[in-house]
Amino acid sequence: MTERNAGPEPKAGAGPEATTGRKAGAGPDAVTGPPGVLDSGTRRRRPGVPRLRAGVPLPLLLPALVGLAFLVLPLVALLVRAPWRSLPDQLTGVAVWQALRLSLITATAATAVALVLGVPLAWLLARARFPGRRLLRALVTLPLVLPPVVGGVALLLALGRNGIVGRWLDSAFGITLPFTTAGVVVAEAFVAMPFLVISVEGTLRAADPRYEEAATTLGASRFTAFRRVTLPMVAPGVAAGAVLAWARALGEFGATITFAGNFPGRTQTMPLSVYLALQSDPAAAIALSLVLLAVSIAVLAGLRDRWMAAS
Amino acid sequence: MITDTFATEGAAPHADGLDARLVVDRGGFRLDLRLTAAPGEVVALLGPNGAGKTTALRALAGLTPLTEGALRLDGRTLERPEHRLRVPPEDRPVGVVFQDYLLFPHLTALDNVAFGPRCQGVPKAEARAQAAGWLDRMGLTDRAGAKPRALSGGQAQRVALARALATRPRLLLLDEPLAALDARTRLDVRAGLRRHLADFEAVAVLVTHDPLDAMVLADRLVVVEDGRIVQEGAPADISRRPRTDYIASLVGLNLYQGHADGHTVTLDGGATITTTEDLTGPVFVAFPPAAVTLHRDRPDSSARNLWRLEVAGMESHGDQIRVDLTGELPLLADLTTAAVAELSLHPGRPVWATLKATQTHAYPA
Repeated sequence: MTERNAGPEPKAGAGPEATTGRKAGAGPDAVTGPPGVLDSGTRRRRPGVPRLRAGVPLPLLLPALVGLAFLVLPLVALLVRAPWRSLPDQLTGVAVWQALRLSLITATAATAVALVLGVPLAWLLARARFPGRRLLRALVTLPLVLPPVVGGVALLLALGRNGIVGRWLDSAFGITLPFTTAGVVVAEAFVAMPFLVISVEGTLRAADPRYEEAATTLGASRFTAFRRVTLPMVAPGVAAGAVLAWARALGEFGATITFAGNFPGRTQTMPLSVYLALQSDPAAAIALSLVLLAVSIAVLAGLRDRWMAAS
Repeated sequence: MITDTFATEGAAPHADGLDARLVVDRGGFRLDLRLTAAPGEVVALLGPNGAGKTTALRALAGLTPLTEGALRLDGRTLERPEHRLRVPPEDRPVGVVFQDYLLFPHLTALDNVAFGPRCQGVPKAEARAQAAGWLDRMGLTDRAGAKPRALSGGQAQRVALARALATRPRLLLLDEPLAALDARTRLDVRAGLRRHLADFEAVAVLVTHDPLDAMVLADRLVVVEDGRIVQEGAPADISRRPRTDYIASLVGLNLYQGHADGHTVTLDGGATITTTEDLTGPVFVAFPPAAVTLHRDRPDSSARNLWRLEVAGMESHGDQIRVDLTGELPLLADLTTAAVAELSLHPGRPVWATLKATQTHAYPA
């Protein structure tokens, strides 16, 4: 995709259109897309397309502006009403740091779990040929659309003390997951992992499998080929997926409170303590929200190139 | 060994070198090749697109499983579907230079070359030292730290060759090694590749659709059409005695099949060609387009071959004009621009064509 056919003339349609066309069939991973050259090309010509002109019809402009306000206003309100003066005090409270620390630790642990299990799963979906692959893919994507509370209930039924697997974990190993910090990690990983899988699978699909073949002709086993060739090549996609999963895990509320409860210091993550604080100490809730907002903006800034531009 | 002819089924396998019968069945397409080569020999698989050359190469590398047949290298059986024997690609002493090289984009040229030795268990420092040696041999010492995307086409080709050679393969496979290069680079790289292949002590098999590459680089050509070998032999022999229209067009000859009785060859269509060779039975007759002379009126010529033809089309061919003629003996003739103007040739124009018997070459079919 060269500078020349990035212009608005007929030829431009062939370039980026062909790109999206190839990804379109792939479903949700079309959103993630392969990072790098293709995206930068798409991004470059984006600004030229929906240029705001004097002749924007009012029936479109008005709702658009209302929609924009609807999305931005709450965040503005958060900033306006933030107790800036007492903020240092709010944020130095023990409870805040406890929750934040717990959130960061569990979100990171959940991301690690998602990486260890999700990358091989993504590879399986992208490269292996077996019957029922489409069904498997649908199952993996399900937690994306499932209400997190339902996920939490399902986790209880599976891994709870009386769950179908949890009962056995309890009797055989004495492992209890619900209402523990480990349970928080499980709940967050359950909700966040599909994001990673879908993102990595899309990147793997876009990567040329012949590099793996080249590696095997050089004496690499398939696993070595994956580890030393494919993984480094799809690293940007894995990183993007991990950041997404991490952000999703950090904000997890429904599955966590259902499966792990709300015990300060043990299972009370930031989103839970925001909700709780709102009922007793709104100022604290705002302060906590600001912290999460800051984290979200940082994530968005980090992902802007790969995630936002692709769609 | 260079002019080794078709090895028959019953022949004893080479103790050293390649001995294979590659059968790959893929739906509507069936590849069936008997391929043998001695160490030090460079064999070119030459054929049109879709002939199955790349499939054959992938089968040799172990990337495409054989349906039938067997693959032996230096006396060791690498694949035998009949016995459910199949050595995976990573355990075969085979190196591949892929058409678009497939250099690992995240590794430097040096680490690309060191990849093979590392996979074979060579310690990192030692592998990098070996890789540096290979790059030095390719004249690329100063590009060792460059990533593939920073390499020129010719440099990337040499890095790919170094990477394949660094595993010390007993069979080197090259898939269209020069196809990705522009014309100018091709000349240099072809010369360099020829030198490296000459130094290579094991079997090399290269796949190409370019007859020039094949003839410059290989000791022996194997011409593949539609999954089968149609002709094989030394480049000089093949270019002198083509046996299919594809090869004839590659080497630029008019080719006919007919029945010889003394100096006269009668073609299937009824036309006759007078030749100098005295043969009997089915034969091929070949002659170069430049040997044909065209005349506006029936010539009073000493040429033994005279046909009445009609111009079907013309196109420039180097500094000549190639004239496509139809009639009792469809043929191609190469004329100078001046001759075309003088004869005022145009499609549909009737002409007389003459050809001296000494310009023809007849050989048994």
